[in-house]
Amino acid sequence: MKNKLSILTNGFLKENPVFVLILGTCPTLATSTSAINGLGMGVSTMAVLICANIVISLLKNIIPGKVRIPCYIVVIAGFVTIVQLLLQAFLPEVNESLGLYIPLIVVNCIILGRAEMFASKNSVVDSALDGIGMGIGFTFALFVMGSIREILGSGTWMNMDLTGGAIDPISIFMLAPGAFLTFGCIIAFINWMTNGRAVKKKSFGCEGCPSAEGCGMKEEGGCSK
Amino acid sequence: MKELAIILMSMVLVNNYVLVQFLGICPFLGVSKKLNSAVGMSIAVIFVMVLATAVTYPIQMLLDMWGIGYLQTVIFILVIAALVQLVEVAMKKMLPALHRSLGVYLPLITTNCAVLGVCIQVIDNGYNYLESIVCAAGAGLGFMLAMVLFSGVRQRIEDNDFPEAFKGIPITLVAASIVSMAFMGFSGVVDGIFGL
Repeated sequence: MKNKLSILTNGFLKENPVFVLILGTCPTLATSTSAINGLGMGVSTMAVLICANIVISLLKNIIPGKVRIPCYIVVIAGFVTIVQLLLQAFLPEVNESLGLYIPLIVVNCIILGRAEMFASKNSVVDSALDGIGMGIGFTFALFVMGSIREILGSGTWMNMDLTGGAIDPISIFMLAPGAFLTFGCIIAFINWMTNGRAVKKKSFGCEGCPSAEGCGMKEEGGCSK
Repeated sequence: MKELAIILMSMVLVNNYVLVQFLGICPFLGVSKKLNSAVGMSIAVIFVMVLATAVTYPIQMLLDMWGIGYLQTVIFILVIAALVQLVEVAMKKMLPALHRSLGVYLPLITTNCAVLGVCIQVIDNGYNYLESIVCAAGAGLGFMLAMVLFSGVRQRIEDNDFPEAFKGIPITLVAASIVSMAFMGFSGVVDGIFGL
């Protein structure tokens, strides 16, 4: 039981996909303009992650090793399409504000990374728990980023006015430079809190990268070095 | 002709894929450390972007004709993956010298969100075939511009003294923020040049 719990919490704290593993940076930067947007993107990605992890874990003995990456991509793309259609039908305003980034969940390296590293080696229940944990970790990260940027950039939080117009918001935080700055400062803060032990992109390296085999960087010690 | 120039300019400068739209951040942070690899990666990205857009645009017309436009995401990612594989095999066979310098970057590009992004974006924007190709080329050139500029910035960062906690990725992101701020200066430039 303890083991199952640790799989679930692993993605939230110890291996938070965004703040610790530094995966899925594109959607993190792009969709964290407000807390609501971050939440919408996080939950959409989580849904795809859980479903893809379950299906890939079920199919792990059927999929031949050599063509596993294309197979994973098809499974993931299928679920992304389902999420996209559901959003269009039931939450059109979320779909509108996330726009292009919804179909781009397909190429989010968190999902392919978890399929390759976890779901293809573990049982269905464990894979589902891993998907839930990683999904919550991703959603939490986007929500934190979105909250910081929304509070600083427009003086609101979850569309509630916080300053009452007394302070001019720093609108740069809503724009592209603010995204880079917020993300950089959060990672630096985590580094500072943990004395640099947390952020382990370097030790993580090629192990978790789906394209490591074909990539020539492996001999040079990985692209993150 | 003027429309094409406007699309090209705005993709390179105003709507820069990396610094404004956040597509292709992984190679931007990963491969931009050395100028050589930044240029190699960018050329491979431009090539694959233009090729992928040229191929996926007619496929979308077919999908719409058959009324299965919702399969866009699945079909596009498969087509791009297959295309990259084909290009790699063909290049290895016919242009081994080019393959040695660009080949290592090709597999990385399959899961690059910038390539899928441009293929979907040209369709969402309702561009015609020629405009789509120009848009893809502009996106690729914008990627190259950001990569080359940023590799210069990174080489300067290396020698500087900054707090321990910022070492590695955080300082890179802060530098990217400043470069991105510089690119904000380009907004309005296209309107100014073409008198819109």
